[in-house]
Amino acid sequence: METILQITGLHASSGGKEILKGVDLTINKGEVHAIMGPNGAGKSTLSAVLAGRPDYEVTAGSVTFMGRNLLEMTPEERAWAGLFLSFQYPVEIPGVSITNFMKGAVNSKRKALGQDELTPAQFLKLLKDKMSMLKMKGEFAKREVNVGFSGGEKKRNEIFQMAMLDPSFCILDETDSGLDVDALKIVADGVNSLRTPDKSAIVITHYRRLLDLLRPDRVHILKDGRIVRSGGMELAEQIETKGFDSVDG
Amino acid sequence: MKNVQDIIPAVTQHEYREGFVTDIQQEFVPKGLNEEIIRTISSLKGEPQWLLDFRLDAFSRWKKMTPPSWGHLSRLPKIDFQDIIYYAAPKKDSDRPKEIDPALQETFDKLGIPVGEREVLAGVKPRESVAVDAVFDSVSVSTTFRKTLAEKGIIFCSFSEAVREHPELVRKYLASVVPVGDNFYAALNSAVFSDGSFCYIPKGVKCPMDLSSYFRINASGTGQFERTLIIADEGSSVSYMEGCTAPMRDENQLHAAVVEIIVEKDADVRYSTVQNWYPGDAQGRGGILNLVTKRGLCKEGAHLSWTQVETGSAITWKYPSTVLQGDGSTSEFYSVALTNNWQQADTGTKMIHLGRNTRSRIVSKGISAGHSENSYRGLVRMGKGAFGARNFSRCDSLLIGSTCGAHTFPVIQNFNNTSLVEHEATTSRISEDQLFYCNQRGIGPEDAVGLIVNGYAREVLQRLPMEFAVEAQKLLAVNLEGSVG
Repeated sequence: METILQITGLHASSGGKEILKGVDLTINKGEVHAIMGPNGAGKSTLSAVLAGRPDYEVTAGSVTFMGRNLLEMTPEERAWAGLFLSFQYPVEIPGVSITNFMKGAVNSKRKALGQDELTPAQFLKLLKDKMSMLKMKGEFAKREVNVGFSGGEKKRNEIFQMAMLDPSFCILDETDSGLDVDALKIVADGVNSLRTPDKSAIVITHYRRLLDLLRPDRVHILKDGRIVRSGGMELAEQIETKGFDSVDG
Repeated sequence: MKNVQDIIPAVTQHEYREGFVTDIQQEFVPKGLNEEIIRTISSLKGEPQWLLDFRLDAFSRWKKMTPPSWGHLSRLPKIDFQDIIYYAAPKKDSDRPKEIDPALQETFDKLGIPVGEREVLAGVKPRESVAVDAVFDSVSVSTTFRKTLAEKGIIFCSFSEAVREHPELVRKYLASVVPVGDNFYAALNSAVFSDGSFCYIPKGVKCPMDLSSYFRINASGTGQFERTLIIADEGSSVSYMEGCTAPMRDENQLHAAVVEIIVEKDADVRYSTVQNWYPGDAQGRGGILNLVTKRGLCKEGAHLSWTQVETGSAITWKYPSTVLQGDGSTSEFYSVALTNNWQQADTGTKMIHLGRNTRSRIVSKGISAGHSENSYRGLVRMGKGAFGARNFSRCDSLLIGSTCGAHTFPVIQNFNNTSLVEHEATTSRISEDQLFYCNQRGIGPEDAVGLIVNGYAREVLQRLPMEFAVEAQKLLAVNLEGSVG
């Protein structure tokens, strides 16, 4: 099995407060891992540290991503290497159309990888293909990035961007939060449609319902900055009925 | 990981690509300002007596005036007006007086300004031709497509030429919108103005191509005092663009222009500016002092639209304004002003509503980075006769980093209670979250700032003619190189 991501003894803090207190996690090619945990356990910190968000300090431990030292890479280098973060709170960029935003993203990556930029015609074809795959309407691409979007639209936009950038490793940070059942179904279908045997993912969530749709290979419980239990879907079921307190930590 | 504060300096430093000097023989008048200098300028240009009298009258008024000090421009130096050369012109080859000097040709080629009639503005394949009047220091060196335009009765030439060929038009309209004594710098310009563009669109004629003027300062120690007059006769229409650049020097150079636009009944004028004067270096040394007066007069049913993208100059003091004299006349002012490093801009507009049912709209987008100060200053005045008049203003400020300033000074004077004035203002920052979001998608910090700033300015940029819009977008991004906030 080829290892995509190897996290060893990861400690991280923000604003002088230690949040991750020794996280160990190995993800192989093609695997989907779920991370569940109560508020404040460090779930979002973990995704922020992996994506390279400023203001988080790694104090100990290492992260290897496809054989490279992830922690030495800038956020954009991580993106070019194939890491994608679906944001819990996608950010508004007024005046910038989704088309222009994605053109910038796709071509930056191609440039970094030494490939030619897409011609406008090639880019528009890619845009149309991915939109139709995710059953999105034509006017969507003309809208300003996340401006005036409903919660569901924002999350769909994240999945759309994921489709456009075709990453090898995705982190879905509470992609299910704030979604009603229908929106959740749409997002999960989108994620499933992008799944291939060589793509891996971390799905961060409070709830079991997204996991029922995504069927992860492993489920981990993060409590107080550490993974306290790992298992299969039965762990998610236990949390659903008995709560996080039922897991030792 | 670098955070916003660290990235800003990296994004805001950049090469000013237009900062070269053209090595060419030039003739100058002696340094300093007095009646003799004004007589010399006038005689060099072969002007009639009435114009010399106009200049001398302006000079005597100017001597009694003092420079305005109300601008939020702490870095505007005290200008020694005796230490400036008021006229500099490339020497003409006496054997070939009609041809453009190859060095000038090369200069404008390098700037992407077509002084021949083959290609068009800056690197973009044009949809149609643009006629260009190219001004180098104190003289116009070339005006293109004049024959094509003349077939429609359109006059497009240098100001000096208009004085010779169409004195009746110049005399009728000169100083009719910006009176000689309007302000200190307008009076100075009226006394010493050198060249600029003149344009007349006859009744009912739609100008078949965009007209543009390009101003280049080259000689050191000189000032540029351009004078532009645009007259759109009844029912006519024209789109006019203006651009400018200057060499990099440690000294400040003065640019004091006057632009007057007369928009007759039911005529339509779109005036676009991309101002890229040398802004000074990262330490605030040098740069152009851009102190200009631009104003248009709208008659009944006329329409005047100002669109400006201001990215250059050490100091900008500029308020393109409209007098809405005729009933039902309309005007807009769309502005993007970007200041970086130690630049300071105090810019905005005046909308003077005199006629009934007049309408105006102001959209101002300020962007400040580095140690710069960026101010919007505006006046909306509803006169006694402005029944049913309306104005809407929106002033947005975007801050990049924490060492710059953004200010708004809107003044509303309403003397008619049937009129309606609305004003909105916002201030925002490029946030860490926005940058990180772009970075996570693979867009590096500098590209991300360019993208966010262009998005912020989109409403204004999309009003520019296409060739200009592309240029302006690049300028906004490049002028923020080294500044990510």
